[in-house]
This record gives sequence, structure tokens and C-alpha cells, in this order.
Amino acid sequence: MTEHFDVLILGAGPAGLAAAETLAHAGRTVGLVDEQTDPGGQIGRRAIRQRPGRAFRKTLTRLRANDRITYFPSQRVVDCDPHPALVTESDLGYTRLTGASLILAPGARELVLPFPGWTLPGVLGAGGLQALTKSGWPVRGRNVVFAGSGPLLIASAHTLKKEGARIRVIVEQTARREIARFVAKLPAWPSKAIQTLTFTLGLAGIPYYTDAWVTEALGEERLEAVRIVQRGRSSVVSCDFLGTSLGLIPNVEVALRLGCALSHDPHPTVRVDSLQATSQPGIYAAGEITGIGGAELARLEGTIAGHAVAGELSKARALAPRHAHWARFGAEVARHFALRDPLRELAGSQTILCRCEDVTLGEIDAVADTGSIKLLTRLGMGPCQGRICRAALAELRPGYGTVTPSEISRPPLFPARLDTLADQALKEPSS
Amino acid sequence: MSHDLIVIGGGIVGAAIASTASEAGLRTTLIESALPATGATGSGMGHLVILDDALLALSVRSLELWRTLPDRPGTEYRNTGTIWIAETEDDLPGLEEQSLHLATHQVASHLLDHRDLHALEPDLAGDLPGGLLVPGDATVYAPKAVAHLLGRARRAGAHLLLGQKVVALTGGGVRLADGEKLTGVVVVATGPSGSELLPELPVMPRKGHLVVTERAPSTITHQLVEAGYLHGVRETRHATVAMNVQPRPGGQLLVGSSRESGIQDRAVSVSVVSRMLMRVFRFLPALRERKAIRIWTGFRPATPDGLPFIGQVPGRTDVWAAFGHEGLGITTALGTAELLVDLLLNRPVRLDPKPFNPARAIEA
Ligand SMILES: Cc1cc2nc3c(=O)[nH]c(=O)nc-3n(C[C@H](O)[C@H](O)[C@H](O)COP(=O)(O)OP(=O)(O)OC[C@H]3O[C@@H](n4cnc5c(N)ncnc54)[C@H](O)[C@@H]3O)c2cc1C
Ligand SMILES: Cc1cc2nc3c(=O)[nH]c(=O)nc-3n(C[C@H](O)[C@H](O)[C@H](O)COP(=O)(O)OP(=O)(O)OC[C@H]3O[C@@H](n4cnc5c(N)ncnc54)[C@H](O)[C@@H]3O)c2cc1C
Repeated sequence: MTEHFDVLILGAGPAGLAAAETLAHAGRTVGLVDEQTDPGGQIGRRAIRQRPGRAFRKTLTRLRANDRITYFPSQRVVDCDPHPALVTESDLGYTRLTGASLILAPGARELVLPFPGWTLPGVLGAGGLQALTKSGWPVRGRNVVFAGSGPLLIASAHTLKKEGARIRVIVEQTARREIARFVAKLPAWPSKAIQTLTFTLGLAGIPYYTDAWVTEALGEERLEAVRIVQRGRSSVVSCDFLGTSLGLIPNVEVALRLGCALSHDPHPTVRVDSLQATSQPGIYAAGEITGIGGAELARLEGTIAGHAVAGELSKARALAPRHAHWARFGAEVARHFALRDPLRELAGSQTILCRCEDVTLGEIDAVADTGSIKLLTRLGMGPCQGRICRAALAELRPGYGTVTPSEISRPPLFPARLDTLADQALKEPSS
Repeated sequence: MSHDLIVIGGGIVGAAIASTASEAGLRTTLIESALPATGATGSGMGHLVILDDALLALSVRSLELWRTLPDRPGTEYRNTGTIWIAETEDDLPGLEEQSLHLATHQVASHLLDHRDLHALEPDLAGDLPGGLLVPGDATVYAPKAVAHLLGRARRAGAHLLLGQKVVALTGGGVRLADGEKLTGVVVVATGPSGSELLPELPVMPRKGHLVVTERAPSTITHQLVEAGYLHGVRETRHATVAMNVQPRPGGQLLVGSSRESGIQDRAVSVSVVSRMLMRVFRFLPALRERKAIRIWTGFRPATPDGLPFIGQVPGRTDVWAAFGHEGLGITTALGTAELLVDLLLNRPVRLDPKPFNPARAIEA
């Protein structure tokens, strides 16, 4: 089955939703695809036990009521081509969607840096732990440590506490005076100041270590404790779960496959102009795929992209000052919570870097020609296709194993059933 | 600087020659313009297979050498065997002939009826009437095999020059892109780009697609190839596809294969992949549900008569060729290296080198 729309949007997070509504308002038909069961993206996930919040209900109602928007939930985009077209797969089968324009809003994923013990069951990304908890995973009464850097750590801890977890400690790598400098700037973004205050009050009584990090996850079969180092002093805290958060990295794979130009810093982001247009005609990008900046910035970029695609250029340009304002917020977070070098030095030669193919850092360091790492160790050749380990390698060994775009942009984008791939040819327009 | 032997190309063929030559005492330098195993070798399947064709003798000798290669585990060598699978009763006489012919080269094979076939490989479609098991065939992971051979070459004193492109043969040596000149006997082992340095020896890239699946429990234990595979190899005008599936150690499957001549574009072709997979589903219907994690393409070095050039190039001073192995370069690399070095050193040869003599292209 092939369906055609004026505009295709990948991702129903803040960016994709804002773009969809802007375009529908301008009279365009929109096909909106997301692999989640509900709209809202990473930040909009609702706790399964809770009744959907008002904002969420409103979003869903608006989406359903809008007959210009066709929403495809639970559909993962497994491939794409520059028609533009998206190939999606779900439990029910696969679909090919085409559009005159395409807006990419697939958001970001968590950066994971390996350290001794990080592959033990019980060690997770903080955002992943938050998402699991919201989807109904029981954490009541379990001991949890959060470690890493930045606001996401606090937000995740807040969610788990609300669900009844015992937060043992939050371990923040940034020094206290750096955090104070960040907080002093918050009044410029009142909504963020209020959010921070809410979280701080909600987490009152939980130890908050600064200038500290987890150096090791301990346990036999699964996580039992973590070793924390704070300014040279080491302590061991027992726990059932460790949620780590070191930052986010944009999901650029679709854009790369479509030939959109990227920047590297060191993680790739999609390059866009002031109207969110990528280097490829008819293809736009909005939200965290263009750089990490938070939900407000993502929403604005979605709106700008929507206006731009609809030809409403003055409306798009009028949003530039607000865009700049929220971009500054993202830049402040990045600056004050920047990762410190000791976190890149925790992994030893025995530490696994690529979980799919069981490749250790030692095996990678043993490859004489860094360009041959992938071929010889099969780093990144497993099901995740390097989404985790490539980013980690870029942090741990800058300049190693740089991959050529042609290599990383090979199909499919995500593991796809062979029959999905086999049937694509039948659906491609005969040209 | 002068060398006994300059090998151009760090694919499986160049690596095998460098290893064999340096172990025979030749002061050898291998020059590779990119990194080892990033050409045809890095994109192939690594099936060590005895095809019933003009390369039979070379393949048989090569498999002997693979079996006796020291420290073989470093190449991820696995003795999977091959099962050639008949699609219909009409394919069975061909497999019987193949079996008899293999026997004349002391290669063991066993005809399988419907029951034997499904006992060995229960995932095969129920209507397939039979097959031919060649138990001696094997698989390797080619990039590791190259690393292994280059390691041996190094230990025997060979030098490796990586990231250096040979831009010209100087008659008595080579010139590199940066202007440096090296002198010595030259072996051109540059695979699909062989004709760049030796235009008198025609070689054409022949494109192929491969799919690798996720790890999952699988009952497939042999490399499975359809009996009609060789028709596709011989057909050069049209794109051809044939079922060719290899089980990997961790539970992944390598799924092929396709052949297209006269195409330079690396891009994955949706329609070729589709035809290829349909062919695979004909034999292994359960694979419809398997997930692919990656699809890629590679180029086989194909000569007009389907045989590689192995030997001295007439009309040139001390230039030898070793390229054009099409879809059998991994299999035949060790035999090629042995033959070339024996010829070079004027030692008795184990195989008739005539079919591979580069002179045939120049006289024609
Ligand atoms: C794990 C995680 C937890 C976070 N938690 C918080 C938090 O608690 N508080 C906070 O302020 N910020 C949080 N953030 C940051 C926040 O999510 C972002 O700032 C904001 O959501 C960015 O909006 P976006 O529209 O660019 O992307 P997202 O909100 O990430 O939306 C992208 C959407 O695209 C979909 N998608 C991506 N690839 C595909 C594909 N191939 N096929 C189909 N669908 C696809 C995803 O399912 C997702 O719904 C979190 C981020 C992450 C990664
Ligand atoms: C899809 C596919 C599947 C295959 N499956 C199998 C199989 O199962 N079994 C099998 O036996 N074979 C298989 N093959 C065939 C096999 O891969 C090739 O025959 C073999 O790799 C050829 O090796 P080579 O060393 O001649 O060429 P290459 O591996 O291409 O090596 C040549 C090298 O020379 C270098 N080079 C080129 N020009 C210069 C220069 N001017 N200066 C310096 N260096 C230079 C290149 O960078 C390259 O690394 C397959 C091939 C493909 C494409």
C-alpha cells in the first residue's frame, strides 16, 4: 500500500507535532509517522498508570479531529528514499508513504559512555529508565542511583520518585559553582526556572553530589552497587538500578541516508538554514535532529518548518527572535554541563564498547590502522549498527574509525523484515 | 630503494601473494592505496567453494592450502560444507554429473534425496526434491583472513605501505602518487581496477548485493546454494540472482546473491534486492520473517573469459598479473599465490598455469 500526502513528517514529538498542526492549518495534508503508540515524543510520554494529562488529551483529540492529518502511530521508519518516501514497518506489515515535502523530526537518543560494569543488567540510560517506568515497569521500593550530567538527570529522578522508587543519590559531574552560574541565568526563561524549582522541591531530602561521578558498576549477575568518586574520595552505594545521563545525540541516520549535509561537534547534527531547510531540496529538519536544545526550541523549529513548507515565509521569519532566545537556553545547558575528561577515561582495556558484537576497548586499541577498526573488530556491525558504540568511540577516541557517509547510509535504517525489503520494488513508482 | 617483489593491492590476493613470497625468502613490499580488505575482499561472502567450472583444479588446491594454513582460527575458518539445492526434478541429473566430476578431482560429495535434504536443513521449502552435499567446503571472514595473511607476511619480513597509490608502472618498478619510485619485480593484484595499471588485460567490475540479518536462532548449518547458481555466473548480459545463504557463527545469516555487469554505481538497487530475496524465499520461506540489519554492494573483478590473469605480462619488464578472480577470489587466493610464486621462482608448478596466462588476452 502506498499513500501520498502534501507533506510527510517523521516523528510526533514537540517538533513534528508543531509542524503537523501548522501545515494542517495552512490547508496541507500531512502524514505523521512515529514508532511510539502515543504522540508527544520523548518528553510527552505519559505514565501508563496515570490518566492521560490534559495537555496530552488535547493533543490527541486535536490530532484525531484534524482530517488533514493522518497519524500513523506504532510505525517505525525502516527505510527511506529521496522521492521523498518513507518505508514504515509495524506488527501489521509495512507501508510506503510519499510526500511532496518531508520534515524530519526524529529527535535524539542518549549518549552512553562505557565504564567498568556498564553492561550489567540494571544499568540503563536515565531517559530509558524514565521511559520504562512510565510504561509501567515496577520500580516501587527499588533503590536507584542517577549519575551523569545535566537537567535530564533531575527530570528522570523526579519521575522515578513519583513512581515510588527510593532515589539513593543523584551524582552530578558538574561542580557546584558551575551549576550556580547556570541557575543564576534561569530567570531569562521563566518556565524553565519554575520547572527547576518544582523538581528541586520534589527531590528534597535526596543527596545531590556535585563534582562527582560513578567510576564502576559492581555486581555478579546484575547490578548490586556503584562506586562513586567525589573529589578524590570514593564510596560504594548499593542499588538495584543506575540511570546514567551524559547528554543526547541527534538521530541523523534518516537525514544521512537522504544525503542531507551534516555538521560534527563531534556528534553529527543536520545542517539547516533559518527556515529549517536541509541541503536537500524539499527536505526539512526540526527539533533535536538539528542540535540539542530542549522541547521549546524543538516546538519552535517545527512551527518554522511548517510555515516554510506551506510557503508562509513571513510567519516563519517572525519566529526568529524567539528561536534565538530558546537556542541560547540550549547553549547555556551545553556550556555549563559540558562533559569533563575523567568521564572519558573510565573505560579500561577489558571494558566492552560494542555490546552487539562484544568488542572491548582493548581490542580496538590493538588495531594498528584506526580506519580498519570496523572491518577487523566488527564494531558497530550488530543490530544497533553503531548507534551506541560509534558515538561512544567519538568521545573516547576522537578521530578514530571515522566512517564514510556511504558506509553508514546503507539500507535499511533499522532492522527490517526481509519481506518488507523484497516488496519495496513492487511499490516503487515505475520510472 | 630496491625490492625483490612489489605487490600492488592489499585485498585477499595481494595479501596471499605477499605472505607466500616473503615466506619463500623474497624481500617483499605490499602497496595498498586505501586500507587492507576494503576492496572486493571486504564486501564478499567468504565462501570457500569448489565450483564445477574452469577453476576447479585451482579451487581444489586452494582448499587444501586453507585447510593446512597455520593458525587458521584467526581467519574464522569454519568447515560448514555446501549443499547445492535442486529446485525441481530437472536439476537432479545436473547435480549427479557435478558429483561425478568432483570425484575425478578427489572431491567428496553426497547426493541427497528429499528426505536427506530436509533432515539436514529443515528450513528448506518442503517441495524441494534433493541436493548435493560437498562436505569439504568452508567459510572464512575475509577481512580477518587478510589481516592474518598480512601478519604472516610482516613476520617474514615484508613491508606494508598503506594509503599509497601506485600511479604508474615504470618498467622495472612503480611510481607512487607522491612521486616516490620503487624498483623490483611487480605483481599487480588490484582486483577490479587491474586494467588501470594494465590496460591490455581487460577486467570489468561485476556488481553484487548482500544482505546480513540479525542474530537469531537458526537451524541452517551449511552454506546453501541453488543448483542454478552457475547459470547466473555464466550469463553476463542481464542482471541475475540466485539463492546463496551462509550461516555466520553468532546466528547471523549472509544472504545473496546477485550479478550485474557494466554498472559502476555502488548504490543498493531496490529492485535487484527484491528479486534476490524472492529467489531466497522460494527455497527458504521462513526467512521472510527474518530481519535484515544491513544491505551492501561489492564489485567482483570479472574477465571476458571468466578466468583470472595469473602470470607474467608479455611485452613488459618484470610485471606480473594476479587479478580477475570474479566471485572466487577468496577461495582461490592461496592457490593463486602458490602458483604465481612458483612461476616467479621458476619452481615446478602443481597446476597447469596455461589457462590463466595473461598472454591470451594480448594475442586475442
Ligand atoms: C530518553 C529521553 C528522555 C528525555 N526526557 C526529558 C525530560 O524528562 N524532560 C525534558 O525536558 N526533556 C527530556 N528529553 C529531551 C526532550 O525529549 C527533547 O528536548 C524534545 O522532546 C525534543 O523534541 P523533538 O521533537 O526534536 O524529538 P522527540 O521528542 O525525541 O520526538 C521524536 C519522535 O520521533 C520518533 N522517531 C524517531 N525515529 C523514528 C523512526 N525511525 N521511526 C518512527 N519514529 C521515529 C520517536 O519515537 C519520537 O517520538 C528527553 C530526551 C530523551 C532522548
Ligand atoms: C558480493 C560479493 C560476494 C562474493 N562472495 C565470494 C565468496 O563467497 N567466495 C569467494 O571466493 N569470493 C567471493 N567474492 C569474490 C571476491 O570477493 C573477489 O574475487 C576477491 O575479493 C578479489 O580480491 P582481490 O584481492 O583481487 O581484489 P580487492 O579485494 O579489490 O583488492 C584490490 C586492492 O587493490 C587496491 N588498489 C587498487 N588500485 C591500486 C593502486 N593503483 N595502488 C595501490 N593499491 C591499489 C584496492 O584498494 C584494493 O584494496 C565475492 C564478491 C562479491 C562482490
